[in-house]
Amino acid sequence: MSKGKGDKAAEIRRLMATEGPAIEENTKGFNEKRKEAVAGLENYEELRTQAREIKEDAIDRLPELIEELRESVEENGGHLYLADDAADANRYVREVVADEDADRVVKSKSMTTEELDLNDALEADGTDVVETDLGEWVVQLADETPSHLIAPAIHRSRESIAELFAETFDPEDPPETADELTSFARERLGELIRDADVGVTGANFVTADTGTMALVTSEGNARKCAVTPDTHVAVAGVEKVIPSTDDLSPFLELLARSGTGQDLTAYVSLLTPPVDSPTLDFDDDETPLSERDSDRDFHLVLVDNGRMAMREDDQLRETLYCIRCGQCSNSCANFQHVGGHGFGGETYSGGIGTGWEAGVEGLDTAAEFNDFCTGCSRCVNGCPTKIDIPWINTVVRDRVNRGEEPEGADFLVEGLTPDEEPGGLDLDKRLFGNFETLAKLGSATAPVSNWLADTAPARWALERVVGVDARRDLPEFRRETLVDWFDRRVSTVSDPSREVVLYPDVYTNHVQVERGKAAVRTLEALGVSVRVPAVRSSGRAPLSQGMIATAEDHAHDVYGSLAEHVDAGRDVIVIEPSDLAMFDREYERFLPEASVERLQENSYEIMEYVYGLLENGADTDALRGGDDAVAYHAHCQQRTLGLEAHTVTVLEDLGYDVVTSDVECCGMAGSFGYKEDYYELSMDVGDDLAEQFTTPETGDREVVASGTSCLEQLDALLSRRPRHPIQLVAPR
Amino acid sequence: MATTSTTLSTFEDALDSLGVDCTRTTAEAFATTLDDVVRDPAVGVPLPFDVDYPESVTVDPTAADLERASTGITPASLGVANYGSVLLPSTPDGAEPVSLYPELHVPVVRASDVVPDLPEAMDRFGEAASDRAESSIVATGPSATADMGALVLGAHGPEAVHVVMLDE
Repeated sequence: MSKGKGDKAAEIRRLMATEGPAIEENTKGFNEKRKEAVAGLENYEELRTQAREIKEDAIDRLPELIEELRESVEENGGHLYLADDAADANRYVREVVADEDADRVVKSKSMTTEELDLNDALEADGTDVVETDLGEWVVQLADETPSHLIAPAIHRSRESIAELFAETFDPEDPPETADELTSFARERLGELIRDADVGVTGANFVTADTGTMALVTSEGNARKCAVTPDTHVAVAGVEKVIPSTDDLSPFLELLARSGTGQDLTAYVSLLTPPVDSPTLDFDDDETPLSERDSDRDFHLVLVDNGRMAMREDDQLRETLYCIRCGQCSNSCANFQHVGGHGFGGETYSGGIGTGWEAGVEGLDTAAEFNDFCTGCSRCVNGCPTKIDIPWINTVVRDRVNRGEEPEGADFLVEGLTPDEEPGGLDLDKRLFGNFETLAKLGSATAPVSNWLADTAPARWALERVVGVDARRDLPEFRRETLVDWFDRRVSTVSDPSREVVLYPDVYTNHVQVERGKAAVRTLEALGVSVRVPAVRSSGRAPLSQGMIATAEDHAHDVYGSLAEHVDAGRDVIVIEPSDLAMFDREYERFLPEASVERLQENSYEIMEYVYGLLENGADTDALRGGDDAVAYHAHCQQRTLGLEAHTVTVLEDLGYDVVTSDVECCGMAGSFGYKEDYYELSMDVGDDLAEQFTTPETGDREVVASGTSCLEQLDALLSRRPRHPIQLVAPR
Repeated sequence: MATTSTTLSTFEDALDSLGVDCTRTTAEAFATTLDDVVRDPAVGVPLPFDVDYPESVTVDPTAADLERASTGITPASLGVANYGSVLLPSTPDGAEPVSLYPELHVPVVRASDVVPDLPEAMDRFGEAASDRAESSIVATGPSATADMGALVLGAHGPEAVHVVMLDE
């Protein structure tokens, strides 16, 4: 199953060229509309909290809720079947179809039936299976798989759909416009629904108290499939069960907004089957609808297929809180460029897709696309049930690392880079995960190390052995680290207003030493006494590679080094946003609650801290102001933490004219853009940022960026050399 | 809780922004109003309000009538003011298919049944679901799809909705 290295890069290149443009336009559109829609919702955060609590409770009590639901469904006159796995579920549906002597089944969109491969199972019995959701029908006609949780044919342009219809049906007057294509599809599908014997739908939510299922749709095909034939089979994962109808409204208010930015979709069907509607026989011109005898049959098939085991799994459980809105795909820069056929497994795609695939299909499938999540965290604040999606991806990555057999060339780096991780870890992950060790070695031997690393044989070996793309510039290690430099100087502050510890992240300490020096000068100019102790790296690098045990080890050491400073009343100042994000989010998984709270309460991003000092009366004149025009790109994790505005405000208060980028991510995301497989994708994502910073309005501006990887990427994308904002404002 | 005029104007504004027409009428003027609203041929299900259908509407149609119809008229049990939604209960006389198949859907809602928001509507629905296993559609604007490369109104369901709001 797994693809060779060159193959993967080629497949990504192919997807970027063929499906990328349609996916990019559609996902970015959804994402923008979502932002507007949630901004207009007064109680958005409250709804997310409610939704989260309902899901936590429902999954916690799932076995008892399923039994309550069984009683409700049976009391209404329907049947509930709890299927262990795909084969079991398919067998049950096939039996229902056989009992009805059904020649044709019409279906409305359901990812769960995609997971089961239900269509194949029914077709093997000679049943005609027709998808009626227009996007899903396109995918069926083209013999493809859905490329997005809520928009299955999102990868196809109007033109390609027109071609597909023309090839498949060879109509006299081939439809071309969106209107024509829609009415062509509606007419064909309308005929097929009219004569169908069984309708199959999914279910977005099922309430245990009344046996009501909610179907969230826009086209109306789900209503037709559920109500036109006299037998309705609904197929849903067990996680769709929620306690009561009272719990529906927060989900309904969040689902469409999170997915496409609509308040509500056109139809939310709240069906408590068997429904009262008469079945339809359109040839009947005699019997009024009210007098038709309707003998309706309803089957709810609840599918386990790994979900009950996910429920027992402390790390994967959160995946079950997913309501399949697709937000994590739409807000993901990588997904925006390759879509679900690259960033997806056998069924599920996007950020939450690896959790689903790991749970229902297995680690192998999840491993295929797990690397596409760079942990940038841009999906986090938009998840309606507050799932920590990057964490799930990290956990899956860790499990993938541990599950694989050691490779032959492993001894090359095994001794050089000891860590807590198993021998089977990929070499590239081992290299990037141990960047701190490399940086120490690099600084100790600079400039020779830089020269050596940049030689052709070294670049060849780096690419060949560990997959570092030769097109990417390597970081240049500095002989004198920030810590060394600081140790050799004398503080300029005699009567400090505050005392701080400047956290020397690996890059600032070994590579971007200038931004560290600028931070020290700035803080001292504002009357703050600074210390720069040697502290271990935050663990971000190993965490990005899924090396959780190593990252946790770092967390304990970092807290150990900083705790005494915090106890002494010193604030912790962090320059690298991804490290602050680590303290703020991942350390909660590693450290005792009291420790992590102390660290979080006393840690600040450098420009956030400068903002705070200036707000509290520090002298603006101590900093370098100017009327320069600046183009600013904030770091993704910094934006997720809500810290972009502080930098912008400080710069504007100092007189700079600032424009900001609004792309989700620069595409670099740490090690991602260095990897041979992903280099081209990273540059493709980065082009969106480059475009924003090369317009007539921005083309001459000084470029500043907060994150290490953003700076590297901008350096690669633009001819202007970018700097950290602290370097702009620091006194000379 | 009585429906306030603010709630009603919120409802009308929300319908307007969905591109849904709304005509307010009284029981006496109902038949005339409806005559102006419908596209022929029109079918309707019996309304649980004290009003008369105009002659032009086939009440309690056959399935074949339904297939020929351009307009379907059904009662709405509730209006949801902030979203411009209507709740369409599924009934044995076919309100569900009548609201779904024809190109124009005309839901009739009493002004006094317009509630401010979705939680309130879901509260009422929850009672009906547990008392009598009710099924209902929360319908918000016409059916739509974006799967064919642009937003198109009128996918499998109606392309237009015209709400008639009744002051009883």
